[in-house]
Amino acid sequence: MISRREFVVAATAAASLTAASGRSLAQAASSGKLTQDDLLRFDAVGKVTLLHLTDTHAQLNPIYFREPSVNLGVGETKGLPPHLTGAAFLDKFKVKPNSPQAYALTSEDFVALAKAYGRMGGFDRIATLVKAIRAERGDDNVLLLAGGDELQGSWTSLQTKGEDVLSALKALKLDAMVGHWEFTYGAERVKEIADAGPFAFLAQNIRSLEWQEEVFPAAKVFERGGAKIAVIGQAYPRTPIANPRWMIPDWEFGLREDDLRKQVESARSGGADVVVLLSHNGFDVDRKMAGRVRGIDVILTAHTHDAIPTAIEVDKTLLIASGSHGKFLSRLDLDVKDGKVAGYRFGLIPVFSDAIAPDAEMAKLVTDARAPYAAELAREIGRTESVLYRRGNFNGTLDDVICQAMIEQRDVEIALSPAFRWGTSLLPGDPITFEAISNATAVTYPNCYRSTMTGKQFKDVLEDVADNIFNPDPYFQGGGDMVRLGGVGYAIDIAQPIGRRISNLTLLKSGASIEADKSYTVAGWASVNQNVEGPPIWELVERHVADRKTIKVEPTDAIKVSGA
Amino acid sequence: MTLFEQAHSRREALRVAAIAAAVVALTPRLAFAKPEEVKAEIDKLYGAREMTTGKLKLDMPEIAENGLVVPINIEVESPMTEADYVKSVSVFAEGNPFPRVLTYRFTPACGRAAASLRMRLAQTQNVIAVAETSTGQLYTARSEVKVTIGGCGG
Repeated sequence: MISRREFVVAATAAASLTAASGRSLAQAASSGKLTQDDLLRFDAVGKVTLLHLTDTHAQLNPIYFREPSVNLGVGETKGLPPHLTGAAFLDKFKVKPNSPQAYALTSEDFVALAKAYGRMGGFDRIATLVKAIRAERGDDNVLLLAGGDELQGSWTSLQTKGEDVLSALKALKLDAMVGHWEFTYGAERVKEIADAGPFAFLAQNIRSLEWQEEVFPAAKVFERGGAKIAVIGQAYPRTPIANPRWMIPDWEFGLREDDLRKQVESARSGGADVVVLLSHNGFDVDRKMAGRVRGIDVILTAHTHDAIPTAIEVDKTLLIASGSHGKFLSRLDLDVKDGKVAGYRFGLIPVFSDAIAPDAEMAKLVTDARAPYAAELAREIGRTESVLYRRGNFNGTLDDVICQAMIEQRDVEIALSPAFRWGTSLLPGDPITFEAISNATAVTYPNCYRSTMTGKQFKDVLEDVADNIFNPDPYFQGGGDMVRLGGVGYAIDIAQPIGRRISNLTLLKSGASIEADKSYTVAGWASVNQNVEGPPIWELVERHVADRKTIKVEPTDAIKVSGA
Repeated sequence: MTLFEQAHSRREALRVAAIAAAVVALTPRLAFAKPEEVKAEIDKLYGAREMTTGKLKLDMPEIAENGLVVPINIEVESPMTEADYVKSVSVFAEGNPFPRVLTYRFTPACGRAAASLRMRLAQTQNVIAVAETSTGQLYTARSEVKVTIGGCGG
């Protein structure tokens, strides 16, 4: 019998995304030809295969998505995956620079590599992989789980309240999912989705406010490969804080660690051989939880969009991070013996759209779902000369464009844009279509308000958001990256406590310091408050791009970071 | 049923409502208590007696979803017999207008020393609970609750 320890060694030694025998992915990559077979090659282990797909953000078609170049960890997570970027990431996971894996996993040489290796993801390509793995392993041995943020992030999903992606997930024969942005379609819609099935919509950590009753089933037991697998669902615990609570007014979320312990115990006493937490906590929260809640074999992580090429072990729990936007499909083979996980093999399969043949059935489903909106989506508004992306702790060029649009279109001194982790990237020379704009803005609360704020209020907001990212205790973190700013520069010391991180707030136009008791005109969007007035953000961005015709984003040093 | 005693007598009128739902709405314009005031209040009530942790469970969210009604669950691991029972549990907040928020009083007939309430928290702060048994044992627990503006998606 192969021990768990040996599997880890094997996986590391292979130094490729899939711990494969024979021609490895790295070899395939260096030979210049990467085939579907290379991506699917896998030394199967045991009888059970878990497939994990997460944070696809409704991207049905292949996309570009630039991974962050800045992703800082604080406290105990400092320097640990996923808080490694660029060369440090490549070093840690022994990924060759300029290889397809380097392109998929980091932002190093992103533009050149994107041109060489093409778009990633697409549900038709994912369907090809899923079908092939089902054929290899047998349908009865495969469990397909989605980690949430699947139904939001595109124009078509916004128009259909996620129905377009739902049909795609059902066609993949999804077994279970959890939620976060799903809840921004409102309580009624989420209930409708959950009740319709046929997959299970799980959440051990949602209660009715009044009676503290479960709103969704906490867990479901599946029989796969002769083993009983209990899947416990964990919705994004901070949904009512990070997103509009008024859309889900009767539900209470939270981490609910004690309740999770009870779920694990009840799964074990019910005879589960494997306990899986299908989680939308975010990686650092899951790592902490893995150390505090015993008896979970696998945590399938989500929310923070991390793609990690190996399983991370915390005591006896495996943490899997499967990236976002359909860029990756995770495969975890489990060898289950005597009611225990005796061995495993993990592969983070990059979905290179140029290497994988699209599944015809899914391709048709996607085309049909998009057809009513095709003309709208394809409308070209302008072009970009710069690479446009969002992801990163402090800024992204796409957010610079959105902030500039707000400053000009709403005539304000300061623009605030939420630092969502989702949104697709554009390469220099790409057209800026309406679809490209909506891929970064399609939310159910898009109104762009115009208001005034004192310097003190403004600083308080920044301190608050900074603490949601850089609080050294992951359980006190929440939300996205640091709020994006237009018109303002600042310094941030991430090692300080709340109230002391932000300094040197400056209006970039005049160079004047922001004064605590002075009022400033401010625009922002995606406010969690109800009845926010103003045009939807995509309209403002469209007008801005149409005015400019060509977008060029100059590099900025408006944010000075220390304490990392 | 838990017996309930409001910390401030002028709130007597709230008593029934508090037993039912235990929502303590504090007036927002008052100055906030400071950690030193909470310490002084605890010293005043219990003297400088030793307190142990572990027996009293104070279950609160790490981050409040709605600072107006933050759920709190309290449970004391203790016998509830005539000879040895939990007499009272008091809750203190370091960043609210009054240092002592409320005191629950129990009898052996309660069967178990447990209570749930919802309280308003004006800002990020520590909430402290102290339980006193009929034999004079003191148990304590502390929980930091973050009250955030939030609203940055993810």
